[in-house]
Amino acid sequence: MENFEPEIVAFCCHYCAYTAADMAGSKRISYPSNVKIIRVPCTGKVDAIHIMKALEKGADGVYVAGCLEGDCHFKNGNTRASNRVARVQKFLEEIGWEKERVEMINMSAGMGEKFARTAHEFTEKIKELGPNPVKQVKKTEIPALV
Amino acid sequence: MITAEQKPMQEIIKYIEPYDKILLIGCNECVTVCAAGGRKEVGLLASALKLDRLKHGKTLDIKEITLERQCDPEYVEELVTAIDDADAVLSMACGCGVQTVAARYNNKHVYPAVNTKFMGASLSQGVWAERCQGCGDCMLGITAGICPVSRCSKSLLNGPCGGTSNGQCEIGPDTDCAWRLIWERLKALGLEERYEELVEARDWRPAGGAGPRKIIREDLAL
Repeated sequence: MENFEPEIVAFCCHYCAYTAADMAGSKRISYPSNVKIIRVPCTGKVDAIHIMKALEKGADGVYVAGCLEGDCHFKNGNTRASNRVARVQKFLEEIGWEKERVEMINMSAGMGEKFARTAHEFTEKIKELGPNPVKQVKKTEIPALV
Repeated sequence: MITAEQKPMQEIIKYIEPYDKILLIGCNECVTVCAAGGRKEVGLLASALKLDRLKHGKTLDIKEITLERQCDPEYVEELVTAIDDADAVLSMACGCGVQTVAARYNNKHVYPAVNTKFMGASLSQGVWAERCQGCGDCMLGITAGICPVSRCSKSLLNGPCGGTSNGQCEIGPDTDCAWRLIWERLKALGLEERYEELVEARDWRPAGGAGPRKIIREDLAL
């Protein structure tokens, strides 16, 4: 547990969070390498099943980072994403998982600092929650999937 | 369409607890449209069930199949090979689908994963409301296209009861008084005289009062 380095999947919208990550890079603001970014054309593209599959395959935490409310390039993709995240959280709660492993975050393309801060905070939160319970089983039974 | 909602996870988990190999079947018809048991929901439920097992240090083998229609024997026949490998079947179709599968594969344990709700129409994305009770004797032709059987809480046939208040039903402010709606629409259509026509006491046998119903079309039946 002490050396636990979580694997975090971040679905980042091309028009905001992904550019914010770029901005963080340009400004030389570092953020934890635990966060693996998946660029999506809009967070509206992220379906509940993508988040579930990430957890199933061993991600310790997943967040979806979309545009600020009302600023979606495609009108309401971020709102849809937020609803889907809430649905996954409900699923997790129902099966006794910590719903905090999944989160929706909003930011604009200029918020490089916020991107880095979010990555830090989320990584810390997941470190406190501990590893995805799936990993323990998969290590022993299905190593190919870890 | 027939509407449904997924059952609470704990209920589903309890059903499948004794089994390690599950066949999870969805349906491409009504439950897909009301987002309760289509291919997407099958994927999500399978994933959630696997996560639940993994949390307890076990694995679950789930095969996902979504049939074109689960209430028709010819589509249910498609399960014939996949079903052999499964210890039990979990169906995300309405009650009709679950029963069709159970009747065809009578040596398999079949469990429902959704609660079938009502025959409804979509009001907006993600919102469905009851619009028909299948009473077997449609009276929409005389009630301006608004059904008092399904939309009046008491299924009154001759105007509102004393519980109507400001156009809403006494059961709650979210429910319109069906007879207020009927009156307003009759007025808008210039058909007020229809409101005066008395509807006689109904024969509720076609509504299910005479037991389970069946339709036999001699011209189609083989």
